[in-house]
Formats: sequence, structure tokens, C-alpha cells
Amino acid sequence: MQANLFQGRRVSCFRRFQAHNMQFTKRKKAIGNYQAELYGHCLQFYGQPPVENISLSEFETFAVERLKLLKTVENLGVSYVKTSEQYKKKMEVEISSLNFPYRTEVDDRKPLTGPTEYEKRRKDHISHFILRLAYCQTEDLRRWFIQQEMDLFRYRFTDLPSKFKSDFLHRNNLHYDTISSEEKENLMDKLVHSTFTVSGTTVVEQDFYKVPFQDALDLVRTRKVFLKGGYAYIPHQDIVTIVLNDFRTRLSKALALTARSLPAVQSDERLQPLLSHLSHAYVGQDYSIQKNVGKISLEQIDPLSAKSFPLCMRQLHKALRENHHLRHGGRMQYGLFLKGIGLTLDQALQFWRAEFVKGKVDADKFDKAYAYSIRHMFGKEGKRTDYTPYSCMKVILSNPPSQGDYHGCPFRHSDPELLKQKLQSFKISPAGINQILELVKGMHYQLACQKYFELTHGIEDSGFSLNHPNQYFVESQRLLTGGKEVKREADTPRGGQGVPANKGADAPLDKPANPAQAAAEVTEDLDSLFQDD
Amino acid sequence: MPVSDYDPTSLPDLLPLYYRRLFPFSPYYRWLNYGGVTKNYFQNREFSFTLRDDIYVRYQSFSNQSELEKEMQKMNPYKIDIGAVYSHRPNQHNTVKSGSFQALEKELVFDIDMTDYDDVRSCCSAADICSKCWTLMTIAIRILDRALREDFGFRHCLWVYSGRRGVHCWVCDPAARKLSVAARSAVAEYLSLVKGGEETVKKVQLSDPIHPFIKESLMVVERYFSQYALAGQDILSNKESVDKVLALDLVAYFQSEKNPTKRWERLKSLVHQKRTSSKKATHADKEIMLQYCYPRLDVNVSKGVNHLLKSPFSVHPKTGRISVPIDLRELDQFDPFQVPTISLICEELDRPRSTEEEAEETKENEKDAGEKRKIRDYKRTSLAKYVKLFDSFVEGLERSRKGELLKKSDLQKEF
Repeated sequence: MQANLFQGRRVSCFRRFQAHNMQFTKRKKAIGNYQAELYGHCLQFYGQPPVENISLSEFETFAVERLKLLKTVENLGVSYVKTSEQYKKKMEVEISSLNFPYRTEVDDRKPLTGPTEYEKRRKDHISHFILRLAYCQTEDLRRWFIQQEMDLFRYRFTDLPSKFKSDFLHRNNLHYDTISSEEKENLMDKLVHSTFTVSGTTVVEQDFYKVPFQDALDLVRTRKVFLKGGYAYIPHQDIVTIVLNDFRTRLSKALALTARSLPAVQSDERLQPLLSHLSHAYVGQDYSIQKNVGKISLEQIDPLSAKSFPLCMRQLHKALRENHHLRHGGRMQYGLFLKGIGLTLDQALQFWRAEFVKGKVDADKFDKAYAYSIRHMFGKEGKRTDYTPYSCMKVILSNPPSQGDYHGCPFRHSDPELLKQKLQSFKISPAGINQILELVKGMHYQLACQKYFELTHGIEDSGFSLNHPNQYFVESQRLLTGGKEVKREADTPRGGQGVPANKGADAPLDKPANPAQAAAEVTEDLDSLFQDD
Repeated sequence: MPVSDYDPTSLPDLLPLYYRRLFPFSPYYRWLNYGGVTKNYFQNREFSFTLRDDIYVRYQSFSNQSELEKEMQKMNPYKIDIGAVYSHRPNQHNTVKSGSFQALEKELVFDIDMTDYDDVRSCCSAADICSKCWTLMTIAIRILDRALREDFGFRHCLWVYSGRRGVHCWVCDPAARKLSVAARSAVAEYLSLVKGGEETVKKVQLSDPIHPFIKESLMVVERYFSQYALAGQDILSNKESVDKVLALDLVAYFQSEKNPTKRWERLKSLVHQKRTSSKKATHADKEIMLQYCYPRLDVNVSKGVNHLLKSPFSVHPKTGRISVPIDLRELDQFDPFQVPTISLICEELDRPRSTEEEAEETKENEKDAGEKRKIRDYKRTSLAKYVKLFDSFVEGLERSRKGELLKKSDLQKEF
């Protein structure tokens, strides 16, 4: 085995996995046999790690292609409802165009072009295990990987004809308890009312599985299942939930194990850079590395909030200025965003304190109750994690706002009517508002935000794909200032937020009495004014 | 001055007395020790104290009951919070490698706060409560307690008055304590119907079929709705509040009717008409009822394993009221204003004893003093019935633990 590492350019990084599957390495099977057993079904539970040696270039190609697939899965998941026809169609197209397996029957003849079905299944198998190596290292990476793999699995499992579903369950030893027909009879009414698509007759025909509610959290969360005494009663049509739960549990355990044995894999200097490159590719920039720390002054925040903040942050800023307070969810979302655009810890403390003391909180209480959490955000307290600003996905999907909250995504979490009024107040054209509301209706929140960007910046096509509030800010500044750093400027050209005149002394343009000094920047301001409208 | 009048400045003088003679350490320790089944369960539990001037001390932990007692009597915390059971002793969290100090278990908790109902109550706002809006808490407890027991199969739910404007629930079953963050948030979301922040007007959306859980919850709301919302909060009397109700759904319009109950009837029948005439069902009446009355959970408190929650029998520093367990058998009679304040029970201690008590005392004097005296002390105050209730809750936990152990040993014999 050791020799392989030097023989030509072949890798056997999977030895680590094999430690848990000894019998497989000992029993050397003929490849054909092995394939038939391992790749007999079009869908994998990824229980057995691959044992063959592969070339470095194949290693890299497989990894990159699976990454592409998972990125696609992520994008589709944001743009479409996961149960919709469109989603399914798109998934099918993407999977087949990336040469991943999607056929249930294996055709042994070599197709005229492209790989055989077996080759595709092999790629599915090996590439999954390669990405496990790349994505086991941090909590964030694991979460992302598990999420995408689960979505992919859900789609593929759901798409199977029922014979293949049972075959899959059988092959992977997945057994679940069903309830008796008397129990079904007794609970009939409740079972019918707990699921959208079940009627009396289908209840009789279908098997119902009884599992601890912890194993069907997705159905529990959305109240799409009947619960009694701690058990969820799941109709056969929803069995994917339980299987998926198993899938997640196993994958997350496996990733933890992989992480533990990673150092050995990483000691291979051919793999290490490749793996770390792969793992960095997943969400693009995380906006935690601040190139422009300290390049923003506090008095710029008001004008910037009207020009370059995405709507979610503009809303939070306004709420903060009006109420002199934000609840925890809002402080996190807005505070990390501000950190991301370049506020230093000292500035952040000054900013929040100045606003809070105008409300019910005095300076003393602020220092005791709030300063800690701001230092925490900057990684100066507790675990000392340097927190990264929230992405759109996080804002849209986690911690929805409740009573008294202003955080969240305005396109996701506002009543359409209120959103409309707000957009009108920003002087967005009725046609533009309609376009935005249409996108919201189709649950394309990020696209709606992007449309808002285009409308407020007066451009046709923004030419980027929006997935982060800080990206919105960077792109906006790039447009408004022509790629220069966030500039220090006098007053907002619109003055929409009612900027106070008594700003700090460090901004040179605060003294309009000194025009010569400011001349250069005034031209810039004019530029941005024109671009703005 | 009536005895129950509480003056926050007297707190530093009362707390030592409370922790020395009244705080129910014995059942409190028995509760959090959970029979010592899991190793170091009590020892690895985080407590956090709020001291005078809002000084906040986290990661306190204690080896046993007497250490807990000594420490509390020394520090006299204004407020006590309970956190998670960690992988290591919380007071040594700085000595273990970062990352390995992790929250492992905690009761599943719920926090319901009256401030979250500000958009639907007209009697008070913010931290204020009155007997009118307290009905909201009664409804909340009824709905959640039923669901936790019947839907989720939990048996040990301790409901506690927070001391000011809300209630807490501690679900103490072993399965509940072991729930993952994802499971906690799924439970909390299952139980949440009112969704949306300041940017959402209509916060409840029902769709067909109506889930059995929602039906059960509606039955509870219906029991209280007309007395609470129509009579108590007058949601259908003046124009402003009527507009607010109708903003939720524009189906109803009533001209001449003045009586709120009849107005509500009219609204319901309008909804009903609409429902029978159109294919797509409308549930406007139900949605309005739920938006006005359905419990509003602070989901984040329930989600986190490491989230802290104010401990039962902690004092509320602003009101002086003790965080006492609520007896669900007498839930409708529970009156937050009758909950004893620290000043009341401390004063009750100083009252001369009745001859009956004296007699009992001489009997007890023969036995050992220490613990016995404390029991006797709280028994002389209005705290007694709440400690008794807490005691029986802890006993219930102990009984089912013994039952489980028996079942286990029986199973072993079979093999």
C-alpha cells in the first residue's frame, strides 16, 4: 500500500476509511464482482469507502465535479421550492450533464459518448468520499456538506420508482416499525388531518411507520405529521424523511471520524493543498477578512445606509436610530455586517453605545449588559471566535424575526403589502415594485434583493449573483465609487436619513467652509450622485 | 404599610435571611441531581448568579448540596440562573482545552413573556401585567402542557411563574434533557403558530387540513376567547381596535351591530359563508383568535442547550416575588399578584407562633435540628404550598426513575 504513494501518480487516501472496514481490504475481490455489489443500485448510502487506487488527476476531476454538483444543489435549493416540478427538472438536467448517475437500470453497452452508468456510479461513490476529506474539518464545512448531500439524496431517493425504493431499503438494511391496521383505524381522522396528501382510502392502503419524533424532525418542525406520545406516525409516502434522518446521522458521525484521522491524509503533500483548496471553494467569500478595517467613519453610516446597504440592513439601521435599541437577533445581524464593512471594535462600541444611551439604557447599563456581546462578536470574549457576517442563506433560513424584531430578510419576512409601501417610499417605480413582488411570490428572495439593487443603482444587469449582504455593500460601493475604497464624504446627496450635522472631527469634509481641500472628492460625489439615480 | 409591599432597596437585607432559612435547598438539590444516575450530573451543571449592581457571574458549579448552600448564603445572589450540564465542571472551564468544554444536556425549557403580546393586548404594555392579560399565560400553559404531554409524550413538565411578567416551563424527562439543538428547535417550531416581526401584520396563516395539534389548541383558545378578548380586551368595540382586527382579514364588515359578542358572531358567520361559497377554505376567524391568544414562545431560549433560564425559587429583584411553581390543577385561579414576595415571607417568619406550632416544635426538637429547622421555617410562611408542590414534582421524577430502573433490571433477568 505504501508503495502506491510513490508509484506513478496514484493515491490511496482512503486507507483511513478502510480502518473501519477491515474485511473489505483483506478480501480482494475481482473488480467486476465488486462493482456489481457496490454499484448494483443507482443510489448509494455511502456505507463502504472505495478501496481502489485512483490517479491524482481523476481524484481532482471527481472532486471538482462533485463540488460543482453540490453548488448547483445549493443554488437550486435557494431558487426553487424543493418539492416543485421545476426543481426536479433542473436537478435532473444538472445531474446528467455533470455525468452523475440518474438512471435506475444499468446498460452494459458502452454509450457512444461519455461514461457508462457504472462509471458514473463509481464517480458518485468516490467523489463523495473525496469531499468528505475536504469538508470534515470545521463545523461550518461539515454543516454545508451535509446539507447539500442531504438535498441531493432527498431528490434522488424521492425520484426512485417504488420498487427501487424498497430495494434500496433492503440492500442497506433499513427497517422501520409499521403500525397495525387497528391502530390505523383508531387514529384515522388524525392521520388524515396531519398530512396534506393523505385521504381516508390512502391511509388504509399505505403503511404507516411509527418512529421516535426525534427521527423525523423535518416533519415535526413543519407540523406535517401526526404526533402522539412522543412518536411520529409517518405515511409510506414520507418515508424519505426517516431514511434521510438515518443518512444525516451516519454522515455526520462519519465526518467526525474522518476529521480525527485527517492529519494522516494531510501529511501527503500532494493532497493537502488540493483538499484545502476544495474546502475554500464552497461559499465564495465569507466576508470575515476585512481589507478595509478602519476605513469607515461612524458618520458615514447614515449616508451609506441609504445608498449602499441592502434593505435588511437599512431596515435594521432605521429601527436602531428610531428606537435606540435592537434586540439580540438584530444586533447580531447588523453588528456583524458593520464589522464586515470595516468598523473596528472601538468604533462598534462607540456606535452602539451612542445609540443605546439615547434610549432607555444608560452608559453604565450598556457597558454591563451589551458591551460584552459586541466584544464577543469581534472574538474578544468567550470562545474567542471571530464571527463572520451572516450570509443571505443564514438570514433567510435561520432565526426568523418575532415580536419586536427587525432582523431577517425583508423580502422573506415582510408582508407583501408593507414591503410594497416601503419600496414606494424609496421611490422605486411601480413596474420595478411589481417585478420585485413577483420574485418574492416565487420565493426568490435573493433575486428580489438583486432586483432592488439594480433598480436603486440604475443599472440593467448587476452582473453578479447575490448571496451576502456584505457582497451587496461591496458591489454597491464599487459601482458608486468606481472601485475605490469607501470614501469619506460630506453629506449624503439624498439626505434621506436626516443626517445630523454635528459629526466627528476626523472627517475632512465636515467643514464645507474649506472647499479647496475637498475639491477632488466633490467630483467623486457628483459621480456617485448621477450613478445613484 | 401592608406586609406584601416590597421595597427593592430592602433586598440586600432580606436575601441572607431567605437563603439561610427559607430557600428549599433539599428538593432543589434532589431535582437537579436526578438521582445521581449520570456521573457528575449535578457537579457539571452551570449556575450563574446576578449580584448587586448587575454584576453577572457565570460558570458557577458545586460539588454537592452543602457547597451550593454555603456558596449561595455567602454570595446572596439577586437572581439565580440555571444553565446546561457540561462535559466538565463549569467553574473549571478555563482549565480545559477550548472546544472540549461543551454543553451536553439540559431540560427542554420554554419562556413566555407578556411583552411579546404587546400588539394584541390593550390593558398593559411592556413589563406591566394585570389580571386581564394574565389569561394569555393561562391559555399558553394549557396549550403547551397538553401538547408536551400528549403529542411529545413528556411527563415531567414544571411550570414556574417568572416573578414578573411571564412563565417558564422546565421539561425534565430524561429524553427531553438529551434533545439535540435541532430537536429542540423542531419542537419549538411545531409549537409556534404566531410568526413574523414588526414587518408582518398577519401573523397566523392556516391552511387545510388543520393539523390535530392546531385543533386541540383552538379548543383551548375558544374556551377563553369571548371572555378574554371580546369582554376583557374589547377588541371589537372601538374603531381603532376593530380596524386592527379587520386588517388581519378584510372579509368582515359589520355596520349596525354594537355588541362585541354579536359582532364576533357576525364575523364568524361571514367567514363561514365565504368558506362554503368558495372552494378554497378561509380560516379568518380562527386565525384572528390564534393571533390574539396563541402562546408566543421565545424560540431562542428553547433552542440552545446552553441557554440560561431563571431558576425556580429565585427572587425577582424588581418585584420581590419568588419564582414559584404553578399548580396546573388550580391554573385558572392562579393569580400572579398573590405570589408571595420576599418581604412578605421574611416578615411571616418573625410573626409569633401559634401554640399548635409550638407543640409541634417541642416534638421536633427531640429530633436533629439543622435541616428540620429549615423545613419548619418555610412551613410557617406562604411559601409552604409552593415548596410542597415542588416536592411532589420531584417525587414524581424519582418515582418514574425507580420504575425505569426496575424495568431495566427485569429485562436483564430475562436474559
